This record gives sequence, C-alpha cells and structure tokens, in this order.
Amino acid sequence: MTMMQELPQGETAPASRHPLLVVRDLQTSFRTGGGGSVRAVDGVSFDLGPGETLAIVGESGSGKSVTSLSLMGLLPRESGRVTGGSMRLEGRELRDLPEAAMRDIRGQQIGMIFQEPMTSLNPVHTVGKQISEMVIRHRGLSKRAAMDRAVEMLDLVGIPEPRRRARNYPHQLSGGMRQRAMIAMALSCEPRILIADEPTTALDVTIQAQMLELMQDLQDRMGMAIVFITHDLGVVAEVADRVVVMYAGQVVESGTVHQIFEAPRMPYTGGLMNSIPRLDGAHRGQRLKAIRGTVPPLTELPAGCRFNPRCDHATDICRAAPPVLEEAGPGHLVRCARWRDITLDLMGTE
Amino acid sequence: MRDTISPEPLLQVRNLRKSFGIRGGLLGRVLAEVKAVNDISFEIGRGEVVGLVGESGSGKTTAGRTLLRLEEPTSGEIRFDGTDLTTLSADGMRRMRRRMQIIFQDPFASLNPREKVREILTHPLRLHGIGTASDRPDRAAELLEKVGLGRDSLDRFPHEFSGGQRQRIGIARALAVEPDFIVADEPVSALDVSIQAQVINLLDDLCDDLGLTMLFIAHDLGVVEHFCDRVIVMYLGRIVETGRSEDLYARPNHPYTQALLSAVPKPKPGRRRDRILLKGDIPSPIDPPSGCVFRSRCPMASAECAEIVPPLARVGAGHFSACIKTT
Repeated sequence: MTMMQELPQGETAPASRHPLLVVRDLQTSFRTGGGGSVRAVDGVSFDLGPGETLAIVGESGSGKSVTSLSLMGLLPRESGRVTGGSMRLEGRELRDLPEAAMRDIRGQQIGMIFQEPMTSLNPVHTVGKQISEMVIRHRGLSKRAAMDRAVEMLDLVGIPEPRRRARNYPHQLSGGMRQRAMIAMALSCEPRILIADEPTTALDVTIQAQMLELMQDLQDRMGMAIVFITHDLGVVAEVADRVVVMYAGQVVESGTVHQIFEAPRMPYTGGLMNSIPRLDGAHRGQRLKAIRGTVPPLTELPAGCRFNPRCDHATDICRAAPPVLEEAGPGHLVRCARWRDITLDLMGTE
Repeated sequence: MRDTISPEPLLQVRNLRKSFGIRGGLLGRVLAEVKAVNDISFEIGRGEVVGLVGESGSGKTTAGRTLLRLEEPTSGEIRFDGTDLTTLSADGMRRMRRRMQIIFQDPFASLNPREKVREILTHPLRLHGIGTASDRPDRAAELLEKVGLGRDSLDRFPHEFSGGQRQRIGIARALAVEPDFIVADEPVSALDVSIQAQVINLLDDLCDDLGLTMLFIAHDLGVVEHFCDRVIVMYLGRIVETGRSEDLYARPNHPYTQALLSAVPKPKPGRRRDRILLKGDIPSPIDPPSGCVFRSRCPMASAECAEIVPPLARVGAGHFSACIKTT
C-alpha cells in the first residue's frame, strides 16, 4: 500500500477526474547478472488526463524510461518484467495483456516516438508504405485511402512535397525529416496518447525548437495526451501541464508545472533546477549550485531516503526510514520527511 | 569575470582551413570535399576562457582538434605563444603538446579500460620526462585530489567509476603535464544535469587556480555563458559572431546567434510564443550555400546574401558579426 493510493482520487490534478491512463504502484524489475534482480521502477503512480501533457523527468537510472517501456509493453522479454501494480487505459488493464492485444493498442490508442527515429522506421520500406500499412492494419482503410492518409500525415508534420517524400526510404530523408516522419507514423491512427521518450535529446537546439513547436501544434489540432519522458528541465517547463520527478526508481515529487518550477519542495528537484546554467547573465561568474555525489546504483540504495547522501537538508530521520509521498498542496506530492521544515534555496528563474 | 585576462594573445589563429575528402568508388577517388573549417581567424588571450559554440556540422570539434594538430590543417596559421605550429616537426610538436592538452566529450571512450588510474595519470608524465618513477604516483595522487577524487582511486580501473568521475580522471590526465592551454571538447555533454554542474564548477575553479587558458567547445549556450569570458559562434565551418559573453548574450547581432539563443529551452513554465523558429535542416557541409552559409535558413536573407561571403564586421567593443543585413 502506498501513500498515493490512500490519497483521494481527483486530487492529483484537475485534469485527472476522467483520466485516460491510470498508473498505480507500478513495479518493474530487471534480472541482474548474478541471479538477483533490481527494482528499476518502484511504486510509481500517476494519472494522465485527456489532452494533457505529463512530463516524467529524471537523470540516468531514475526509472523514467523503464516506466515508459512498461506502459508500452516493450520491456526486454528476457530480463525485464512488471512485477506489481496496474496500468489502466480507459479502464482496461494493460498489465499482462497478450502481445497481440498490446500491439493493437500500441498502434491505435498509444503512439510512440523515440530519441532515434530509426527505432520506429523500417529501413527497407518507403515511409509512405510504412505509414499506410499501419493505417490499413488498425483502421481497415483501402490501400489507396491509406496512402492518401500517409501523405496527409506527412503534410501535417511539415514535410515539404509530401507525395514525393512518401516514396522515399528513411535513409533518403534528412535527420529532421526522419524525426517528422516518425511523428507522422505515430499519430497516423489518431491515438489518444502519445508517449515521447527523449524525442529531442539527440537533436540540435534549433531543430529541437522546431520539433517542440510541431508537437504542441499537433496536440492543439488532434487533442492527444502526451507522456513526455526527458532529462531536460527546460523542455519540461515548455511542454508540460504536470510533472513527475523521478529519482532512483521512485516518484519523488509531482505536481503542476507551476508548482514544480516555482515552488519545488523536494530538495532533489530544487537541486536539479539550480544545476541548469541560466542564459540571463544574472549568475555569470558564480559557481553553479551543484548536487554533490552521484545517483546510487539500484543495487546499493542507501537506507532511508534514497536521496539523503546527496541532500544538504538530510538529518537522522532521513536515514532512519524511507519517506512516503505526502501532499504539500493541491495535487502536489513530495517524498521528503522534512518538506515542512526546510526552505529550498533556489537561484532565480528570471 | 576573471581578473587574470591579459591582452597578450597566447593563441593566434589566421585563416585556418581544414577540408576532408570524401572518397568512394572502386579507386577510392575523392568524390567530394567537406570544408569542415573554412577560413576562421581568432585569438585567445593568456588566461582567457573562450567558448566555441555551434550545432552539428559547424566545424567546432574539427577546429579544436586542428588547433592541436590532432588533424593536420589544410592551410592557415596557428601561432601558439609566438611559434607557428603548422611548421613544427613531429618532434617539435610532441614537445609542444606538453603545453597543450585536450579533454574529450566521452569519458567512457577516452580512457584505456585496461589501465589502472595510476597508469593513466603517470603515462603522460613518463612520456614527457616529468619527475622520477618513484615520485610520479604521488604526483598522480595530487592530481586526483585536485579534481576531487581520493588517492584510493589510483588502483582502480575506469569501469569502476561513474561518468562524472571518469570525466574528472580525463581532466586530471590533461592537467598532469601542467599545460598552459586546454581544448575542452564538449566535456559535460554526456553527463547528467546534476553531474554537469559539478564538472563545470571544477573546470571553473581549475581555470582560476591554475591560470589556464581554455577553448571550451559546446553546443549548449547556457553552459558556455556561465563561465566563458568570450564566445565564438560557428555555423557550417565559419565564424558568424564573436564577442565578450555579456555583450553577445545581451545583444546577439547575427540572425543565427539570435535564433540559437532563442531556441534554448528556458526552465520557466509556459509555451514559448516569442521564439525565432528557423526553417529547414542544417545543410550538409559537403554542399553549403553560396555567399552567407546561413542564408538558406535565415529569416532576413535576400538575393545579395547569395553573392557575398559576409566579413566579420565590428558591432561593438570586441564584438564582431558576419552579416550584411545587421552590421
């Protein structure tokens, strides 16, 4: 039983009264070399409302990507397994769904985009063929209608001369166009949810700016909800309605984007904010307020709060017992035993 | 700002070019030429920390490697403390390397996995005949301490360290020979945000304490602004703008610099409506646009931009921009 489950439903956020996706106490384990296992995702809960953008943010080893792979049913079969909790999409439990059923959900109800477009695109088929086959499979359109749909989607994501480009193979497209083609494919069946796992991480900043604009524009037009997985707090601030901050497999703070950026309660969230160099010049020449130490490996988690060895505010109670998620405000959850007692020292955001 | 800046240049680069041939076919003929670095000139003062910023294909990494002659320049002059490096013999260059070091982006690839930290750090000392076999391990331990690692690290292998710690070892290795000048090639790009900040602070401290001169190569304008005295912005092999950090960030002149600055996501909630969005992709450096290399994506471009390669023109004290529209 986690704290999250004891909280009244609907208080996690206004948009979650009729959530599309309800994740409760998700646990995902990976087998390790020596016959043991580690819990990469440990009790993660969140809701996703229709048309909402939820950002899951964290550093390496936080469990953010494993959370998204668990949702999509794409964990590596030999080593990873969802071992607890539930993931309900419009009331339907996704956990332990057979692969065939999951494949249907992945095309129709959940679209996916990744950091590397070639994860989604098949190099031996034209992009038009790949998108149209998806539409034929999930929508039952005729070949001709499906190809028209593919061209329409390529046009929608801003690819010039979409009819000609539909006949191109992925390698004939530039990096930016491949990224757009991947988004076109993910959205071709008008999914209710788009899961975007570090979709702009490998891109140059001017191309990233184009992609973020495109995704928000498509969301305005098509109304899908987005789960945006990223390590980049700047991107989070721009795209997210609500934010889940993960550390060492757990949710350590969640709330609206304003709560998280303007009044974070968890020292880790505050530390992440202070670690980003600002562009405003206000702090030039000053040292950044870095978080000391490193993220602990999942096999060597400290007792008590998992963040305590790196935390400036840690005391004995932080080492004595693991903190639970507590409500620090309407829809604002924080996993810190001392959140009432401490004031986070934030460098200004302006 | 650092107070150690002196006007005397340690490094002077004049009309540096570096081209690569792209070979193909049965005979391996040169099919195309990439002008990775295309006629760049700049100076770095003693004790100055200069940021070199650009996106893919800008030539920033090639420029950094060519400065140290890790790549042979195609033409141009690289004067280090008065000596033209391009005319030095292999032996002369080897001696000069003691004064010029590089820190790489990928701490995982740049350390030999089969060497203990002790060997990694004493190897450059032995190579340059610094110290004796018996006192080198102590020197290595001192270096570790300087970068925030303990002496117990000496007998461990690179895989036993985290990414941030490995980058610290890479920094210690670069410092081992007590160089005057360091090229830091995207040293924090592969690290997590919280670790990035630690390594930036470390580099900042080392520059101050040791009076190092540094060329800091990055794609992240935020990181550069934080601790570089001056910034050089490159696009497709050319310098498009350069100036002191406070001037360039407050008053970017070149349309590319303006777009690049506006593209950086800011940690302030809300959708950005004021952003300058560039159209299209960055062109391939094999076939850059004629005239101004940025014109194919520039919101201000007109026909004349295809005709002239815009020279760097003065737009303020020590602030130069290569655009016929804004200068």
